[in-house]
Amino acid sequence: MADTTERPLLDRLASKFGPNIVAPVIAAVVAIAVSSLTLLAGGYNPVRAFTEIGKVLWSVESLILILNRGAWYYVAGVAVAVGFKMGLFNIGADGQYRLGALFAAYFGAKADLPPVLHVPYIVLIAVLVGGMWAAIPGVLKVTRGVNEVISTIMLNFVATGISAWLLGNYFRREDGTLLTATKVIPISGRLPNFNRILSSIGLGLPKGSVLQGYIVIAILVGIGYYILLFRSRFGFELRVSGENPAAAKASGVNPKRMVLTTIILSGAIAGLIGIGPLLSDPTHYKYSDQFPFTLGFTGLSLALLGRNHPVGIAFAAIIWHAIERGTQPLTTKGFPQEIGKILQGAFLLTAVIVFEVMQRRSQREAVRDAAVKSSVQVEAAPA
Amino acid sequence: MSLQTMTPSQPASLRARWSEGRNLALLLSVGAVALISVARLISDADRLTSSTTIGTGLRLAVPIALAGIGGLYAERSGTVNIGLEGMMTLGTVGAGYAGWQGGPWWAIIGGIVGGILGGLLLSLATTTFGVNHIIAGFAINIIGSGVARFLANVWFTTDEAGAAGGSITSSPAIVGDLGRFSVPILADGPDLLGDLEKKGWFFLSDIAGVLKGLTKDVQAETLIALVLILGSIYVIWHTPFGLRLRSAGEKPSAAESLGVSVAKMRHIGMAISGGFAGLGGAVIVFAGADQYQQDQVAGRGFLGLAALVIGNWMPAGVLAGSAVFGYALGVANSLDSGISVRGLILAVAIGLALLTARAVIRGRYVEAAIQATVGALALAAYLKVEEVNNQFVYITPYVVTLVFVTVFAQRLRPPAAEGHPYLKGQSL
Amino acid sequence: MTNTAVASAVAIELRDIVKRFPGVVANDGVDLTVRTGSIHAIVGENGAGKSTLMKTLYGAHRPDEGTIRVNGAEQSFRSPRDAIAVGIGMVFQHFQLADNLTVWENIVLGDEPGSWYRIGAKHARTKLRELGVRYGLEVDPDALVADLGVGQKQRVEILKVLFRGARIIILDEPTAVLVPQEVDELFKSLAELTAGGATAIFISHKLDEVLAHADAITVIRAGKTVGEVPDPSKVNSHDLAELMVGSELPSPETRESTVTTDVALEITGLSVATPGQAHKLALDNINITIHRGEIVGIAGVEGNGQAELVEAILGLEPIASGAIELFGHDITKASTGDRRHAGIGYIPEDRQKDGMVLSFPLWENCALGHQRQEPYGDGRWIDRAASLARTEQIIREFDVRTPSSDVPALTLSGGNQQKLIVGREMTSSPKVLIASHPTRGIDVGAQAAIWEVMRLARSMGLGVLLISADLEELIGLSDTLHVIYDGRINATLVPAAVTPKILGTYMTGSARTDDPNLTATAAAAAAAAANGADHG
Repeated sequence: MADTTERPLLDRLASKFGPNIVAPVIAAVVAIAVSSLTLLAGGYNPVRAFTEIGKVLWSVESLILILNRGAWYYVAGVAVAVGFKMGLFNIGADGQYRLGALFAAYFGAKADLPPVLHVPYIVLIAVLVGGMWAAIPGVLKVTRGVNEVISTIMLNFVATGISAWLLGNYFRREDGTLLTATKVIPISGRLPNFNRILSSIGLGLPKGSVLQGYIVIAILVGIGYYILLFRSRFGFELRVSGENPAAAKASGVNPKRMVLTTIILSGAIAGLIGIGPLLSDPTHYKYSDQFPFTLGFTGLSLALLGRNHPVGIAFAAIIWHAIERGTQPLTTKGFPQEIGKILQGAFLLTAVIVFEVMQRRSQREAVRDAAVKSSVQVEAAPA
Repeated sequence: MSLQTMTPSQPASLRARWSEGRNLALLLSVGAVALISVARLISDADRLTSSTTIGTGLRLAVPIALAGIGGLYAERSGTVNIGLEGMMTLGTVGAGYAGWQGGPWWAIIGGIVGGILGGLLLSLATTTFGVNHIIAGFAINIIGSGVARFLANVWFTTDEAGAAGGSITSSPAIVGDLGRFSVPILADGPDLLGDLEKKGWFFLSDIAGVLKGLTKDVQAETLIALVLILGSIYVIWHTPFGLRLRSAGEKPSAAESLGVSVAKMRHIGMAISGGFAGLGGAVIVFAGADQYQQDQVAGRGFLGLAALVIGNWMPAGVLAGSAVFGYALGVANSLDSGISVRGLILAVAIGLALLTARAVIRGRYVEAAIQATVGALALAAYLKVEEVNNQFVYITPYVVTLVFVTVFAQRLRPPAAEGHPYLKGQSL
Repeated sequence: MTNTAVASAVAIELRDIVKRFPGVVANDGVDLTVRTGSIHAIVGENGAGKSTLMKTLYGAHRPDEGTIRVNGAEQSFRSPRDAIAVGIGMVFQHFQLADNLTVWENIVLGDEPGSWYRIGAKHARTKLRELGVRYGLEVDPDALVADLGVGQKQRVEILKVLFRGARIIILDEPTAVLVPQEVDELFKSLAELTAGGATAIFISHKLDEVLAHADAITVIRAGKTVGEVPDPSKVNSHDLAELMVGSELPSPETRESTVTTDVALEITGLSVATPGQAHKLALDNINITIHRGEIVGIAGVEGNGQAELVEAILGLEPIASGAIELFGHDITKASTGDRRHAGIGYIPEDRQKDGMVLSFPLWENCALGHQRQEPYGDGRWIDRAASLARTEQIIREFDVRTPSSDVPALTLSGGNQQKLIVGREMTSSPKVLIASHPTRGIDVGAQAAIWEVMRLARSMGLGVLLISADLEELIGLSDTLHVIYDGRINATLVPAAVTPKILGTYMTGSARTDDPNLTATAAAAAAAAANGADHG
């Protein structure tokens, strides 16, 4: 009955490689096709454009940059994914990390501590502030039933206003410059980088490249996320709550506590996002109006692309910044660098569509397979 | 705060509900003006009800209202539209290009077309492929901003565009104007309202200021928007199309069981939604320097969404919500905004005190407690600060929405099937 | 009650209808002939393919094979619109009504009487009032559907069909949600309609009702037509049952009593408020004692407090007052998780909504509700290997038909899903079992298996609370039977001394006994009344 040759190509590919591999590949092909057509329509040669992108990416400097920025993105993706897994849309990761970074930058620069304490101190502040800011939509949801999509969108704007006010009036350094920024984090508060280790094993980096120590934090976050989700009872309950809240409740999960815990956890991890630029990036080491914004929104895209899976998000983070890095110098070569945004957007939208379609198809397949296999049993069993 | 009429606890005839709602809206508007004039007198914030402030507020409210009504069409048909921001952004770039090429009327059309394309793309993902609406809407925002920037780079960096003042971040200016109108005698000519406003009388001058602000130098795009929004009330509630649209958002399987295509309704709803958002984008273009500028939507799509939520998914509510936001932004953009906003905070404190009293009388103690707390905070803020910092002005609409949603969450009623992807034959 | 005017014309003729879904052939060559002007019943057990067939006839989906003839003309429906156009209307089992629209809006939807720019409300109201008076289906056209009761909602559904001028009306399990009086009213309206030349087709598995009201019966089993009964007066419900399931219906009889004097679960003075209406009680001073080895049955028309009772015992919703004790320990304030951990097993009414995560593999579904206890985990971590082993055991012992323990739960049939749930509850050493409609919507084989498990639970010394709408099941399995009406227990009966008919009179609130001593006389009186009605 289920003759493989009759099934559509999509299903055959999916059953061979798994939907989580096939979908992103299809999405990538579509995204490249769409952006090529866009380039053509704009009067550009897509082949040359993509060759230029390839050239840019094919270098150690690019690799280092992608890893560095990818690590920030990864943590952002995980922060959002924790919420997604429970069916919570924490659109507010953006405000959470920015507020966390602002407080961490201000108090971190003020503190005078030995390195072993200084770094954890700053990290703790960022995590606490991120978690507390996330607790607001959590409390509103469990006590008043306020939809977290609406409240977190609003709170992002509020966070923007509050951080601008704090930075401009209270946290700003008074050194006579016009720069609106906090004081720089002292060396004792910074994360070490990998350059010395790498050169000691003979892998000297090109001049000016720094492989940031924050990557270790990102990896730890990923491992922790995996264990929490797939090995712990809390993770089990979190996933059940996300897929079927009524069943979770009947199985003994307190839904309100679950919502609150998850969104605070999501906010706490979001608090870690800002630690990257703050403690690991030589161009920052401070919070200013040049601080990287919208990483929380990037995290949303990456959680979607990576299917909320710890490994998937890692790939998504790397691809995401590879697109940015690759298209960044295009303007100097006579191409619009905005094609990167179109690549990202098309990739994201196609990926979520293909995931959706394949998930439905694979469920149908599974029902059919199971019916075929157990009908053999039924026939064998006495009627 | 006319929510109660929108969610009646007992069935009343539609006609009765409508006239009751209209009376209440009038009562509340007059009450709000009275409240603000009291606050104005106490706090000496004279610009709170000046015709200039109101006029600015009106202009700022229009794109928010358009986005909100756009959201209404989408959500009434069952699709959550988080992508309004992206559709407005597409509207701005469409309006910038078409307006530069063909003048202001083409800008309107270009904006609408840009928004419709964004709407259809979202509807393709949500309706055709059944993708989660929030996820897809979010993707549309990313795509909208990406496409707008790309198109700006392609369209506005040519030599021709450069000569006309275009650049990678802005289009050449649109030449010409759609026109603006003042109501003669009242706001123009003898300007009776203006005279009354200048007297500085309690309440009467305030009313005059408000009315003059609403009738003086009204832009054509504002009138277009108003006609479209009022027309929408009729379309959604009194035509077969509107009924089918709402049925797709309330109970899609019922619609399908009667042969109404849910997918068709949701596609159309989404296209109209995008069109309204795109028109809102075009209005934003005109509100600035008559040109497309990068990122000029600046969150107003989300404000439209907020207006939709606090308007309880009703057109009149959306209008009221947009008016509140527009007014707050108008106050923020007025001269001496710090003093004006301080006055506004006092008005909020007085208003919340009244609401608290009402809630206590009706036995809603949780509500009363929340209102009293927020009111006390507002009062403290009023007494403590001399002038309100601009950043707080910036966050006002968002805080208003948060407070509103928190207080009224239990009484808001979004369309029942909103946000649920519906595939044909799925639940019959 | 039956319509004696038999017309010879054929309204509907279905031949060799085949409809396949992924993994199932729902209809496998069904034939159906319905005479014009008759009330035609379609009977069959759950999953036999009755609803699928009716949806095919209504154009909700297309058949893979076969022909549809309406009034002699062959039809190929692409959507319900096409079916509506030839005069077919359908009343779905789950009401297809938008709560936030008014009655008239729901009815005219898709066939608005006005023009493109106005709906035509005035016309609609007039016509609805006319129809209502003519067929005894009066409803206020301007009421919001959300404010209507079940019976009224069904009227709206039928009006929807009549408004479109349908001459052939399909009703999918129309009586499932109605109380007996409403059932009578429904069939009166249908008789009115068929007397006027319309045709009615209804699905049911209440055989008494079918025999009382149908002019002809078609029996469907496993997707095939297995019997045509042109004259129902010549068959009895026993014959019909045999046709339906191919053998005699299994009976839920229990054997000798195992009831002990140890109290397993004690509920005293339990009251629960109605959500949103603080002053109305959904449960009012309920007292129930369940002993070890006892099955306590709760009978009642749906919506009289059964759901609230389950929620209160499991701690899912807050209670207003009262106490619940499990083996002498007060659990009134304990969380749901602690109660389950303490040994309350739960078979929910809606297994897909409350009992499973359909996209999760079977082994994770087995852990569900027991994730804190061995072998599934130690409270902090989940033990995958042990969970898998336990799942294999459940699959074996409870005869769950599945290719493996790692497939998602959605691949199982309803009966197998239910067996998995029953298996996981029974293997987790429960002390008390709360079973809410445990055999609803599953096939006869699985039903018999679950009855067997209930008996086993009883003989193992569990206290069992059984809530069911299947009165035979309640009478057959229970040791003690309470009738719940309007949030109160209005009768406590000895199952051996009651029949479904008698139970029915208590369930509608028309008879009551709060004192068990009165049971015998009241039951006798009710029985006499019921018998009288039967002979009349």
